[in-house]
Amino acid sequence: MAAKAELMDYDKALELFEPVLGFEVHVELNTKTKMFCGCANEFGSGANTNTCPTCLGLPGGLPQVNRQAIESSIRLGLALGCEIAETSRFARKNYFYPDTAKNFQTSQYDEPIAFNGQLTIELESGRQVTVDIERAHMEDDAGKLTHMGGAAGRIQGADYSLVDYNRGGVPLVEIVTQMIEGAEADAPEIGKTYVAAIREIVKALGVSNARMEEGNVRCDANVSLRPRGSNILGTRTETKNVNSLRSVERAVRYEIQRQAALLTAGGTITQETRHWHEDTGVTSAGRPKSDADDYRYFPEPDLVPVAPSRAWVEELRATLPEPPAARRKRLQADWGFVNLEFQDVVNSDLLDVLEATIAAGAPAQAARKWWTGEIARLANATGVSADSLVTPVQVAALIELITDGTLTDRLARQVLEGVIAGEGTPSEVVASRGLAVVSDDGALIAAIDQALASQPDVLAKIRDGKVQAAGAVIGAVMKAMRGQADAARVRELVLERAGTAPAESAE
Amino acid sequence: MSEITAEQVAHLANLARIDLSSAEIDRLTIELGQIVDSVAKVAEVATPDVPATSHPMPLTNVFRDDVVVPSLSVEQALSGAPDRAGDKFRVPAILDEE
Repeated sequence: MAAKAELMDYDKALELFEPVLGFEVHVELNTKTKMFCGCANEFGSGANTNTCPTCLGLPGGLPQVNRQAIESSIRLGLALGCEIAETSRFARKNYFYPDTAKNFQTSQYDEPIAFNGQLTIELESGRQVTVDIERAHMEDDAGKLTHMGGAAGRIQGADYSLVDYNRGGVPLVEIVTQMIEGAEADAPEIGKTYVAAIREIVKALGVSNARMEEGNVRCDANVSLRPRGSNILGTRTETKNVNSLRSVERAVRYEIQRQAALLTAGGTITQETRHWHEDTGVTSAGRPKSDADDYRYFPEPDLVPVAPSRAWVEELRATLPEPPAARRKRLQADWGFVNLEFQDVVNSDLLDVLEATIAAGAPAQAARKWWTGEIARLANATGVSADSLVTPVQVAALIELITDGTLTDRLARQVLEGVIAGEGTPSEVVASRGLAVVSDDGALIAAIDQALASQPDVLAKIRDGKVQAAGAVIGAVMKAMRGQADAARVRELVLERAGTAPAESAE
Repeated sequence: MSEITAEQVAHLANLARIDLSSAEIDRLTIELGQIVDSVAKVAEVATPDVPATSHPMPLTNVFRDDVVVPSLSVEQALSGAPDRAGDKFRVPAILDEE
């Protein structure tokens, strides 16, 4: 296990050093097939079910470029404000490790498909940061290793490892930033917000499933510290395996604190790969960068260059969706949400379903309330995403039933449960479970009169002007109605009946 | 004369996880040197007006459609593996990473 490193107080570290950042984000494309062969790009049908001589690196296997992957890569490059190369080629990145059976990764080296982009992100403080994108290049993913024996799942002390090559050859786009300077104390948030922005873009483009927890979007964070007053860059570390937005933030902060403590104590930073441990919130040293990075790139002899015509690039540019940041601004204004409300929706990843719910006729505030409230709560409780529980159309129908007085919020929650349980549309659940509000005043009045009669002391208090006392009667009536009454209406009727009910109890 | 050194060969062998004896390193140093020298002859005929290329064919944009084709069966995929465990390839412990 990683030894607990000395950490410096974050503010103190910032006083002494300027953090310099860089990010490499890998995006797994959601093409139907792999990058260079026709094996399915999908998981879940068992280990090593999607392999062929090409992705296993067997003799005679020949790569063939997936046109869709090229299109997705170009669209992603354009969405990041990149130039698209007139000619681009693949290269072999040679390394010997069992996660690639070919003994090389097919990547791009000197001629990436996209380069010189820019992405402006906005922090919670409103600060805008423009991140320069150096390049976005195409490559294929590696297989998945499982380490067996030794400490559970850990590579150190493992007795052997198992390999599943289903993921080997899946198309990736690696997005590499330029050095990000001037981040200052915002460095961790910049990391998180940048990766969130990439994720949002690839999702909007539809080029990736964009689920970080499944490794569709993966981040390597480079951090170095420059002593204040110096113009010499510090040695950087590259933290891998940072697979949630929160982890990006934590890992950057951790590296700043760790490096600051080490440098201040007179130590030196080793240029190395570090591993992020989600459970303990620390990074641990991986291999030093030196010789293992001797990848001996050379142009892939089995593939010809990709030379996208300008006409093709423009055709693809025309398919780009509204940039997510612009869309957010537009939706917030349309819906009239204050920042906090809107952030809540964005952070819960509910923008799309909210938009669809509102398009289906629901008022914006009601849609927000249900999605970020009860539905999110139920989703959290069962560990699934909110939009997998109900559809926007169902939620809009539910809200309409509340608006027209058929349901109270309390009854609507029961209807929601029924809809989630697959009992049909909200209206069908109302009918089958008999959940509509009792709006028949006759039934309510009977129950109120009975409740008043059985609590003469309460009745007396109400008549004395102690209106709060009515609560006890309202409670009794709601109970008698099994909750299927509109409490506001009951209250109205209680006060009305108290004024007209006979002075003595009938009993 | 080639500039391949015994140190380079040892380094490459290490990168490629190939355990070479010093006799093998000596022999490969000479052989690789000869190969590099032979290839270098091309430089003698190349003139500045011949642009560098990474592919002999003047082709670009050779693509395939994004259509799934049948993969190997798991048994076929694993048939050449030195070792397996269930449906996965089994490889020796990887100790020098992480």
